[in-house]
Amino acid sequence: MSPSPVLSVSGLVKRFGNLVALDGITFDLSAGEVLGLVGPNGSGKTTCINVVAGLYAPDAGTVTFDGGPLHGPAHRRARAGINRTFQSPHPFGSLSVRENVAVAAGYGGAGRPVDVGALLASLQLDHVAHRPAHELNSAQQKTLDLARALATSPRLLLVDELAAGLNPAELGAMADRLRALAAGGMALLVVEHLMGFIDRVTDRVVVMNAGREIFGGRMADATQDPEVIRVYLGGTHG
Amino acid sequence: MRNPRLWRDILLVAVPVAGLMAVAPFLYGNLLLLFNVTMFLTLAQGLNIIYGFTGYLPFGYVGFFGAGAYGFGVAVTSLHVPPLAALLAAGGTSVVLAVVLTPLLRLSGAYFAIANLAAAQGVYQVVANPDLEWLTRGPYGMTLAVHDPAWSYGAAVLILFGALVGVAVLRHARFGLALQAIKDDPVSAAAAGVPVVRLRTIAWLLSALVAGLAGGAYAWVVGTFYPESVFDLGISIFAVVFTLFGGAATLLGPILGVLILYGLYNTIGITVPQYFQLIYGALIVGLVLFLPQGLVSLLTRRGVRVP
Repeated sequence: MSPSPVLSVSGLVKRFGNLVALDGITFDLSAGEVLGLVGPNGSGKTTCINVVAGLYAPDAGTVTFDGGPLHGPAHRRARAGINRTFQSPHPFGSLSVRENVAVAAGYGGAGRPVDVGALLASLQLDHVAHRPAHELNSAQQKTLDLARALATSPRLLLVDELAAGLNPAELGAMADRLRALAAGGMALLVVEHLMGFIDRVTDRVVVMNAGREIFGGRMADATQDPEVIRVYLGGTHG
Repeated sequence: MRNPRLWRDILLVAVPVAGLMAVAPFLYGNLLLLFNVTMFLTLAQGLNIIYGFTGYLPFGYVGFFGAGAYGFGVAVTSLHVPPLAALLAAGGTSVVLAVVLTPLLRLSGAYFAIANLAAAQGVYQVVANPDLEWLTRGPYGMTLAVHDPAWSYGAAVLILFGALVGVAVLRHARFGLALQAIKDDPVSAAAAGVPVVRLRTIAWLLSALVAGLAGGAYAWVVGTFYPESVFDLGISIFAVVFTLFGGAATLLGPILGVLILYGLYNTIGITVPQYFQLIYGALIVGLVLFLPQGLVSLLTRRGVRVP
């Protein structure tokens, strides 16, 4: 028997003028589960994350979190237990690494105290804790983005192309981190283009094209699906 | 208040600067000049709250100063309240004006700066309207029978001290960190749980409060003032230039900006007035070109933590 979902997305539609970015997307996500959203550029993956995170309001459809309707701006969703990483991280450059995380822990922590030092140490950011965030390299900025999201103690984490630009060793470490978070009961929605990373991290995937779901199931099965191969993989996935 | 850096900033910057201005009248006789220094130190910190911590550059900042002066004047002449209570009315008037102008925060960058400037001009036109002569004396200005140099100057120094402590707290308290996060990236700040709109609005109101109190103190000190003197755009420009020159988002930067530039303004303006605008302009252009983060960036670039 599957547990009741943490996140339920049903018939989600989002339009930008004449462009339909999301066209009736539906999926559920349970605690401890990692769901991958994959598809070609422009298929609506990040738009879906932005709607769930509260950055965009949907034109139709419903999003429920813990069985209740989800509404309100992004900061309220952070406090409710939903947080995200960004495709291009934007650290608070004028603040130190520690202050970046402290802001999130202080404002988005949903009343639960967060040990900022321990969090930084667990993500190997403790040695740069007092450096200005704008001095970090790309991989460190992505890790800081994750640290800032985790500082709010989310039960649902939306991960937008966190692996892009990481070297193989960093990729492996990031995959292990995400799996460990899921093992701790967190639900993760992961958008990624790196198929090897997705295969390693996710329990199942939703493949999107032009705002619609064209496949739902395990990644290993997606790679055999003729429609997925035609619109996305093109026979060169790895 | 257990933050040692906060106490360091208060004890090493706020107390000495306010203390210096408090004892200055015993060392130097030109009280009006000393008041002007105090007033610009206060306005630069008030502007620092909204610009340094949120990135909104209010070219119409003088609107809050003028509203404060008239709030003080009306409270004294129409409501017959004592000057110290009228100072509260001055601050309250500016805060009410800031509440009315809160929708301007939906704009950003140059659009906000221009809209804020227009709003200040709008308030000036309303105050100077002859139809309001019964309340504001319209274009004829207000004369207040509450002249008291010692008390009014003392109140101005206390307001300065409050503004300095306020900015020191902002630099180190969670609220101030969140404001700087909003300035760096409002979308990421919201994702971190920061209520962006509410915090920006609070900073806006605090900034207006400081200008309003400064305007009230000005009205108390000078006794007679006119719409064109308290809504003079030059006050906004001075406050902006002093803050930028020294370095926004720091406690020390705006202080250095006022002491150096206002000092030069009074020195050059007296000794070589024919070259004043040329020298002053060249100095500001040079600083914007070579030190866009202000004088304090000479230190921060070298890793020095500036208060």
